[in-house]
Amino acid sequence: MFVPHTVEDREAMLQAIGVKRMEDLFQDVPAQYRFPQLDLPPALTEMEALQELREIASVNETTQDLVCFLGAGAYNHYVPAAVDSILRRGEFYTAYTPYQPEVSQGTLQAIFDYQSLITALTGMDVSNASHYDGATAVAEAVSMAYANFRGKRTKVVLSPALHPQYRQVVHTYNIGTPIQLVGEDIDLMAGPEALLPYIDNNTALVIVQYPDFFGRIYDYTKLAEAAHGAGALLSVAVNPLALAIFTPPGQFGADIVTGEGQPLGIPLSYGGPYLGIFATKQEYVRKMAGRLVGETVDNRGQRAYVLTLTAREQHIRREKATSNICTNQGLMALASTVYMSLLGKEGLREVAELNYHKAHYAAQQIAALPGYSLWSDAPFFNEFAVRCPKQVSEINAHLLDHDILGGYDLGQDYQGMENVMLVAVTEMNSREEIDLLVDVLSEVSHD
Amino acid sequence: MTEPLLCELSAPGRRGVRFPQPDVPLAELPRNLRRERLPMPELSEVDVVRHFTRLSKLNYCIDEGMYPLGSCTMKYNPKINEETARLPGFANLHPLQPIETVQGALILMYELQEMLKEIGGFAGVTLQPAAGAQGELTGVLIIRAYHKSRGDLQRTKILIPDSAHGTNPATSAMSGMQVVEIPSDARGNVDLNALRQHCDNTLAGLMLTNPNTLGLFDENVLEAARLVHEAGGLMYGDGANLNALMGIVRPGDLGIDVMHFNLHKTFSTPHGGGGPGSGPVGVAAHLVDFLPAPIVDIIEEGDEETAPLYGFVTPSKTIGKVKSFMGQFGMMVRAYTYIRMHGPDGLRAVSEAAVLNANYLLSKLRHHYHLPYDRICMHEFVLEGVWPDVPEVHALDIAKRMMDYGLHPPTNYFPLIVHEALMIEPTETESKQSLDNFANVLIKIAEEAHTQPELLKSAPHITPVGRLDEVKAAKELVLCCGVDALEAQPA
Amino acid sequence: MNIPSDLKYTPNDEWIRVEGNTGVVGITDFAQDQLSDIVYVEIVVSVGDMVNKGDACATLESVKAAADVYMPVSGKIIAINEALPDTPEVVNSDPYGNAWMVKVEMSNPGELNDLLDAAAYEKHVQEKSG
Repeated sequence: MFVPHTVEDREAMLQAIGVKRMEDLFQDVPAQYRFPQLDLPPALTEMEALQELREIASVNETTQDLVCFLGAGAYNHYVPAAVDSILRRGEFYTAYTPYQPEVSQGTLQAIFDYQSLITALTGMDVSNASHYDGATAVAEAVSMAYANFRGKRTKVVLSPALHPQYRQVVHTYNIGTPIQLVGEDIDLMAGPEALLPYIDNNTALVIVQYPDFFGRIYDYTKLAEAAHGAGALLSVAVNPLALAIFTPPGQFGADIVTGEGQPLGIPLSYGGPYLGIFATKQEYVRKMAGRLVGETVDNRGQRAYVLTLTAREQHIRREKATSNICTNQGLMALASTVYMSLLGKEGLREVAELNYHKAHYAAQQIAALPGYSLWSDAPFFNEFAVRCPKQVSEINAHLLDHDILGGYDLGQDYQGMENVMLVAVTEMNSREEIDLLVDVLSEVSHD
Repeated sequence: MTEPLLCELSAPGRRGVRFPQPDVPLAELPRNLRRERLPMPELSEVDVVRHFTRLSKLNYCIDEGMYPLGSCTMKYNPKINEETARLPGFANLHPLQPIETVQGALILMYELQEMLKEIGGFAGVTLQPAAGAQGELTGVLIIRAYHKSRGDLQRTKILIPDSAHGTNPATSAMSGMQVVEIPSDARGNVDLNALRQHCDNTLAGLMLTNPNTLGLFDENVLEAARLVHEAGGLMYGDGANLNALMGIVRPGDLGIDVMHFNLHKTFSTPHGGGGPGSGPVGVAAHLVDFLPAPIVDIIEEGDEETAPLYGFVTPSKTIGKVKSFMGQFGMMVRAYTYIRMHGPDGLRAVSEAAVLNANYLLSKLRHHYHLPYDRICMHEFVLEGVWPDVPEVHALDIAKRMMDYGLHPPTNYFPLIVHEALMIEPTETESKQSLDNFANVLIKIAEEAHTQPELLKSAPHITPVGRLDEVKAAKELVLCCGVDALEAQPA
Repeated sequence: MNIPSDLKYTPNDEWIRVEGNTGVVGITDFAQDQLSDIVYVEIVVSVGDMVNKGDACATLESVKAAADVYMPVSGKIIAINEALPDTPEVVNSDPYGNAWMVKVEMSNPGELNDLLDAAAYEKHVQEKSG
């Protein structure tokens, strides 16, 4: 199939090597374990494989079959056709990491474009070429802050309103480090000020989300001031789409901005591949892990782009590197760059405002239903938490009977929140769909 | 001709995409949180498509020709993978949907776990890690948790051969382990005498890449595993070079306790200009309880009338999550497609051809370049890109000159234990003609190095850009176009 | 290869100039040549820090390599070269002069006896470059 050798080629090649049979090439492999018979299903042709995969895929009910109000870190957005058209160019998706800049200017300049748009969107000075996803970007922020203080500050303040999965990943990454994670036990309703007592001169980093996991938008200016007052850094995990209409974290004093880039033109694809956004201030650029593209000139005097500051990465620094990260989400960074350039200044605002208006309409309608109320009165973007008259799991089962994918069941992560649903509304949801959701929710409260 | 940046193409008022008018009443935006300036480009769809199409033409890619990067396994990426990963039934699934609505995705993940277990010889597999390096982190954290669960808190020493990838020591340090480097012996194997000296009760494990980065199968692997296990340590297998071993030998049979797979190397998922990768981890029976959560499993057995129900389970001593949601699912669909199209015989044929191609290329080049470790190689080999009689020519010059012949150069300056290394991995998808052409170019360049070294020193000549001033890039650090450029009016 | 005779050296290519009880530390001409164009210098100790022989006091980066600079002796840091991070190229142009990195008040001058003199270091360099 993908091995092009003819029988004659094979014989000629074995002869050139000076061996008789293919097996002779594997004499270093212990004989007792050599050539196991793998118990795998027999090979399929392309036609059969496509058929099998289609059958498997058809078992799933998709966000096209169902009306989707599920978010919680991954959102159902419209992806313009041009995004995937660019991604499907073999010149992009079948290229390797641009280690040889003379034959990789396409990838390099696209990443430079990406870095430019991310710094502008977040209001920061520099962005790297991306991390794996929103969760690992936060974990990398912790490593960076720890390295920034050369290990002398060992406390990290973590808001419980940061995505539960991001917090789990941060905990896993720090199993073997001296970092102590605090703050997750504050009152969820208290807002970010409740984190202030945890910040002291042993604090390396304070981490919050914007909008937070419950969809709330807070002004983190005071938190930034408190962190800086104690000599610590502030890291803000963002939904990048929200930044089209809300104050960017660079303006309220964030030192690190991370984010899940999936809303920027990346399909839901059952959780990945997504895009880990990571941006910071100029003064911390050398502490930031991950690839970076810089502008320079070539020996013909032309402007050109190259991977830079590579000497701080694992392949040179080995055990002294801040992170072991090697890849970036190159193709996903490209997707988000194409998406942002297609939408541009007006389009990004427009889609963010659509999300805002539709979510607020939904929130208002649901809150007017007997038995339902908004969990918080803080401003929100496209997602909000609703107190329901019954357990969310029960309501969601009922919604699914009406082909509605209900909101996230917060009881899965937060004790005592079994009746609180996190509802996401995007530009994909029509007024009719929202009204249908409201109707079915009202049925639930009656029976 | 230099391609402009997005900000330089922007013209106020242009749009690439429009959205419907709001069909709901407008809500007031909170004044104190409202963004004032949004410095973003303004372009039409044509502008955008042409910009990125022109950029794409500045790239070399596997669709264009051989990409012999050692240790990277740049094999051809089958087009069918791109179709299956984009099937609406996979691309339009939310990761938090109820399991009843995503049984197809779960079946695929379950079957892929099973297939990787079989190929690697493992008892359990997690698909969660996002890339090889994250698979390593997962594996080393599992090793750490295993020792801790047995009360062996003093086992913090990880042994790493000097030929290893930088990710191995970086991962160990991130996991709070102490790194001890182990030298290679004269045949390129792990030096057993050095290994013995470190086999004590502080040993957590040995990270072994096999075949190693010299492309050599470690002849001492069974003895190394015996020594490490007798001392109470575990064997970590770096699966970067698994493309040499499918159907040839199962790492689990050799005594490897935990190993990461690279779906983007061995199983043909595209490299995407630097990612996404995907780094599932396989473990032996004594480590399955430590795998990251969740693992896909059958949670309700089926019978003649009902299909089994697939769902998630949390291993009892799990190290926790390493990535949000389930991992790089789109890569899993591609890898699944690839394995299904090969079957057991096809996978063995892949590894055989990968090894055949490397040895064939080596047989053609060995008289023209110095070969520091002269053995039958596996899927790759390392040459020295330097000759004593033309010391001014370096591996880098050879690499750059190759571009003038329309080829991508091999990996250079790695592994670190070979002086001026040229690390060549042709992969199985190159034909004999392609390999002959590659060899002829390298032989020609070896001649040029002796007759016209300046041709190499000044190469490349025909690429869109010439050699870059990397010192300027690192010192001046221009990393974005700047907000003002994005808001500027066109000239 | 410039190897001044009035300095002491480590096998890891640091030099120290002894002035009474004070030592001035930098990297050698050989080391800067091996690293090629230095693009980044970070002094990782502060004035007042107590350091042990072998502790890292600075990090250097070129385009393709990185190196840590280790203390040849123990003592208290009394000065760091604050100008150097802004002019990393000085490490290449003037390794024994303006590219000094830290000044240390030695707590155990006996450690100097373990270091190499110029002749021994020259021999060491010749062996290294093989």
